[in-house]
This record gives sequence, structure tokens and C-alpha cells, in this order.
Amino acid sequence: MNYIEHVGKYFMMLGQVFKAPQKYRVFQDAVFREIEQLGIKSVGIISFISFFIGGVIALQTALNISDPLIPKMLIGFATKRSIILEFAPTFCSIILAGKVGSYITSSIGSMRVTEQIDALEIMGVNSLNYLVLPKIIAAVFFYPFLIILGMFLGIFGGWAAGILSNMFYEADYLEGIQFDFQSFLIFYALIKTVIFAFIIATVPSYHGYYVKGGSLEVGKASTQSVVWTIVIIVIANYFLTQMLLT
Amino acid sequence: MIEVNDIHKSFGETKVLKGISTSFEPGKTSLIIGQSGAGKTVFLKSLLGLHLPEEGSISYNGQINTEMSIEDKREFRKELGMVFQGSALFDSLNVEENVMFPLTMFTKQTRPEMLERVNTVLKRVDLENSNKKFPAELSGGMQKRVAIARAIIMNPKYLFCDEPNSGLDPSTSILIDNLIQEITDEYKIITVINTHDMNSVMEIGDKIVFLKNGLKAWEGSSKEIFKTDNQAVVDFVYSSNLFKKVREAYLNEK
Ligand SMILES: Nc1ncnc2c1ncn2[C@@H]1O[C@H](COP(=O)(O)OP(=O)(O)O)[C@@H](O)[C@H]1O
Ligand SMILES: [Mg+2]
Repeated sequence: MNYIEHVGKYFMMLGQVFKAPQKYRVFQDAVFREIEQLGIKSVGIISFISFFIGGVIALQTALNISDPLIPKMLIGFATKRSIILEFAPTFCSIILAGKVGSYITSSIGSMRVTEQIDALEIMGVNSLNYLVLPKIIAAVFFYPFLIILGMFLGIFGGWAAGILSNMFYEADYLEGIQFDFQSFLIFYALIKTVIFAFIIATVPSYHGYYVKGGSLEVGKASTQSVVWTIVIIVIANYFLTQMLLT
Repeated sequence: MIEVNDIHKSFGETKVLKGISTSFEPGKTSLIIGQSGAGKTVFLKSLLGLHLPEEGSISYNGQINTEMSIEDKREFRKELGMVFQGSALFDSLNVEENVMFPLTMFTKQTRPEMLERVNTVLKRVDLENSNKKFPAELSGGMQKRVAIARAIIMNPKYLFCDEPNSGLDPSTSILIDNLIQEITDEYKIITVINTHDMNSVMEIGDKIVFLKNGLKAWEGSSKEIFKTDNQAVVDFVYSSNLFKKVREAYLNEK
């Protein structure tokens, strides 16, 4: 199959996904389950990575601003901006694509190869709606919170790095992170997050749902799906930045 | 009554079904037999609409399944039950939840009502006291029982089984075969079973359809199959030494 056919099949899949749930109660339970699987279980890794990346950004910025004429407050400012604009929404989404993407592809893919999806269909269940819609809702709803948490921890990590390394003053950093606050930028970051969340929920689902063969193919599909999810996020990121910020 | 009229199904270049016609009647167990790779699973899945045949039609009580919209098909599928080759139980649900699944999805019953029905059905398949176990904790035979229970929970009019005996020891196979046969008689449903197991042919099966290379090579009753001169059937049926001896004995008697 060529790329165009995959894109067509992906949108056909979304057509089945976006139908009214057959049983509201079952759907609601599934959404809570997916929030747990895709969201709560990623809080740890996102917190950990955000904190350390925030520290590294602050240190790198401090190292590169050695000119005494540049105000030191810029370290905090630049750290805040990079975290809010790119590191939290994009970098964390890429981490999530790796972690959650492979989970989604392997869980749906193994249901496919063990005929559990056929079993759903035979009962009269819309399997795409049943399996994929709760994942989309969970990711789109939960990831903005996760990314906001990432922003806070990243900025906090920068502060901690300053204190531990003595490379800049706490007061300068605190002044920098409060300087020129623009709520639009947070909004921009959250729009990106929602779109990335949609990609993270649907692209790996596509790879899992249409897998053919056995467990070996499910493994291959998981790797493929992570690569494609990241590629699509990176491309979407470019166009979103161009559309929203220029 | 299920009527199958000249269905063809290919995957890419490979023609798997090359024009098969037959029919299945209520209260009877029909067997689809043939070697591994003959197209039995593809045939069964085509009957169910999981595969779309390129040509031909399938009708259930006069309603042509191959022309239904996906929504109508979903509605219609609530009337059929299927036991998959690998049981296809939902890994993340326990026995009780697996069997209850169609009820939670499609009925407005309360939980105690559903539980009562689940326990009745589990008792019917002789599987009590395993309600809270997960599929991975069950033996192959027990998984098959759960799969049968799940298939009949909604009182289907049609029951399909893909190799219900594969991976089971001979005595468990016979128990599962008998269970399916009894359920068919009891509820007067149409049952279609795929198998390559000659024991099943001896035990159950009011009608037998023999598939070879994507074509129906022979069709008849379980009594006729041991008398036929059709070479393809003879080769298949008497491929085991035991059956060869039985046939020799039978021919000597004549
Ligand atoms: N989804 C599929 N895609 C391509 N080929 C398939 C597919 N399903 C079955 N086949 C091919 O169809 C033939 C018949 O398969 P099957 O119906 O599973 O045989 P069996 O009689 O053992 O159940 C096999 O050669 C198989 O490779
Ligand atoms: Mg088969």
C-alpha cells in the first residue's frame, strides 16, 4: 500500500471511530480505564524528564550568556520560554509517543491477531468505536494537564539547577520567569498538545488495528507506529508553529 | 436457513474460495471439513460477513447478508454466536465479565439479572466456580467452554465454531462436540462447525461439506461419507491408519 492509501484508510477508520458509543455506561468505564493507562501511568516519566530537561536548559542558557552586558534575568526568561513553547508540549509528546504509542499498538494488535477484534465485531460491537474513541478522549482530555505539570516541573528544575550549580542567582531566575508573561503562549502550547494527543491516540491505533499475522508482526508494528507517530508530530509541530506564531 | 450461493473470495492474487454453494438448516449441526489451508476459516468468516466475498451471496432466512449496510449487519449479528479457533476471550476480563460482555453491551438488564444469566450459561457448559479466573489461568478446554458460554449468552439463532477441538485432547474434544450438539438440539439453532478432526465427523454432524482447494468437493451426511467413492474424500477421511483399517474391514464384509 502506498502513503495515499494509508491516509485514506486512516480517515476511513476515524469515520467508524467517531460514532455514538453503543452503550454509554461501557464507554464511560473505558474512558476512565484509558485515563489510567495512557495518562496516570505516564505522570512519573513526564515529571522526571521535565525536571531534568528544565535543569539542563537553564544551565546551557547560563553557560551561553557570559557577556556581562546581558542581564542575568534572561536565563530564567529563556528557560521559561523554551519550556513552554517547545520542551513541554513537543518533547513530552514525543516521549509519550514512544511510551503510549507502543502500548496502544501492541494491545490493539494482539487483540487483532488473537481474533478478539473479530469476536467484538461478531457480537455486533463497533470495535473501532469501542477501542479507539475512549483512548482519544482520555488523551485529549488528560495530556494538557500532563503538559502543564511538565512546564511547572521544567521551570522548577531550572531553578534547582541554578541553586545547586551556583551559576546564576535565584532572584534573577525568579525575575526572569515572571518577565513578559503571555497567556497566549500557554494557549498555543495547549493547542499543540491537544493535536499531538489526538495523533498519539489514533496513529498507533491504526497500526495495531490493521496488523496482519502473529505476535512477531505485532512487535514490528509497534516499532513502526512509534516512528510514524513521532514523524507526524514533528511535521505537525512545524506547521502549527508557522500557523499560530507567525 | 442459511443459503450460500456461489461465493468467491480472494486475497490479492490468491483465490481462496472459488465458487461455493450450499445451505444450512435449523436444529442441525453442519460440518465443514477439509485439510488445513483448504479455506474453512475464510469460508466461515465470509458467512459471518467478517470477509466480504467478491462474488456470490449469503442469505439468512431470505435476508441477503452481503447487501446489508454495516449498521444493519451489527444489528443482525446480535443473533449469532461464534466460537473462534483460539477462543478469542478478552484477556483483560475475567470469565464472568467475558461471558457477560454482550449483555452489558446490548441489554438494559441489572447486574444481578446479568449475573444470574451468566451463571446459568456457565453451568450449561459445566464450568462453575471459575467466575473470577482470567483466560490465561484456564486450560484450553476451559477456554473453549467459556467461549461457548459467551457465544450462547444472547440466545443466538446461529452458532458458528472454528475448529472447536483444535489443541484439545481426544476426550475433551468429544465433550466439547457433544456439548455443541446438545445446545443445537435444545435451542433448535443452526450450527456450523469447521473441523479437520475425523472423530467429530463420527460423533456429530447431520450434514458434511468437504472443501478442497477452495471448492466444494463433496457434500452429504455423516453416514454417506464412509461409503462414498469420491477420491478426494476417501484420501482425506482415510489418511489415518485407524480409519484405513476400519474401511478395509467394512469392504471385506461386503
Ligand atoms: N487475511 C488473509 N490474507 C491473505 N491470505 C489469507 C487470509 N486468510 C486466509 N488466507 C489464505 O487462505 C487460505 C485458506 O486459509 P484458511 O481458511 O485459514 O484455511 P483453513 O481451512 O485451515 O481454515 C490459506 O492459504 C491462507 O494463507
Ligand atoms: Mg482455520
